[in-house]
Amino acid sequence: MVKFLMNVAGRYVALAAGLMFLWLLMSGFFHESTLLLFGVTSALLCAWLTLHMGILDEDSVPLGLLPGIFLYWLWLVIEIGKANFIVAWQVWSPKMSLSPRMIRVKAKQRSDTGIATFANSITLTPGTVSVEVLKDDILIHALTDGLADVAAIEDMGDKVCRVERGAKNPKKTGATSTHNHVDGGKT
Amino acid sequence: MDSVIHFASLSFFAAGSFFVLTGALGLLRFPDFYTRMHASGITDTMGADLILIGMILQSGGDWQVIVKLGFIMFFMMFTSPVSTHSIAHAAWVGGLNPLIGPELTHEDIAPDRDDETQGEGV
Amino acid sequence: MMMFVAAATAILVAMGLALGRALIGPTLYDRVLAGNSFGTKTILLLGLMGFITGRPDFLDIALLYALMNFIATIAILKFFRYRTMGRGMRARTLEARKTGGSDG
Repeated sequence: MVKFLMNVAGRYVALAAGLMFLWLLMSGFFHESTLLLFGVTSALLCAWLTLHMGILDEDSVPLGLLPGIFLYWLWLVIEIGKANFIVAWQVWSPKMSLSPRMIRVKAKQRSDTGIATFANSITLTPGTVSVEVLKDDILIHALTDGLADVAAIEDMGDKVCRVERGAKNPKKTGATSTHNHVDGGKT
Repeated sequence: MDSVIHFASLSFFAAGSFFVLTGALGLLRFPDFYTRMHASGITDTMGADLILIGMILQSGGDWQVIVKLGFIMFFMMFTSPVSTHSIAHAAWVGGLNPLIGPELTHEDIAPDRDDETQGEGV
Repeated sequence: MMMFVAAATAILVAMGLALGRALIGPTLYDRVLAGNSFGTKTILLLGLMGFITGRPDFLDIALLYALMNFIATIAILKFFRYRTMGRGMRARTLEARKTGGSDG
């Protein structure tokens, strides 16, 4: 539905609808018209402010990632579970066998959102923390030799790339048309 | 059915409490700052999420409680790695050297920050 | 009921451990990390308090705290990086950016 809205009216309406949805979920007022009017007003005001500040773009409202990212999150949750047990074992074992290492991993993502997703996934997985994020590589502190697995981490990066690319290919034309819509909203 | 949900949430609470305690113990036991970050990560991901899932199971079908717990989980999933990364990055830029290798030796690899706030790591 | 209290007790013990790290932590970053971890446990404790007292309003506070904990961590780090929160902040940020340092 969000995708459909984006194709029809651009990011502005998608953001406003998303904010309104959030407001409804948080407040739970469905039948009081005055409060509903306030909710609609605040959602539109927030969306307008975002537009006015000039930060309404793919990085702040990353609609392009939407369908693919859920499968990726599911995969990530399983990875987090597995890594948690390794680190928890290290904490409880009477003689810790840590061997921390710093490794560099290539980040092949094209957008800032992609790199941020990749770096956050690395940090969310216990045992690896992204220490420094540069333009095309990420410096990682890993807890043990087994967790400092460059191939596995680059595999995670490829998955993020695939989510990103799945968003980009059909949206190549959509991105420019969205831009037009944003411009159209300003005039 | 009710007792199944009760038992499931009981086990989620037990596992979550275990992982929260694990994270806190790791925070106390691990040898240096960079390794302690990983221990804190256990609390942020596994411990918090398991306890939140246990609470969702105990909510008794109140959809607003479920939605709010889901949002807490969602926000924590986004904010906890960013704050961990920014602490790590601040330490790295601030010139705090990590312990490296199985012998846990200090290696002089972190870049020294060359402005007036250098050497304030206390 | 019993299990909420048990989980809350476990979280309180973990908070004590994190507080210990915040007190003895040798570097500034250890203390900030312990504070951040303490905040995460506070969120869980607030949620459990809501269930123990039977008032779901506590969840709103927990939600707010989840966001504030993040902002507090960033603000503390920013303060210790630039030694100011107000005037002169922007000039120093620009200067740091010019000399190639990335933001903390």
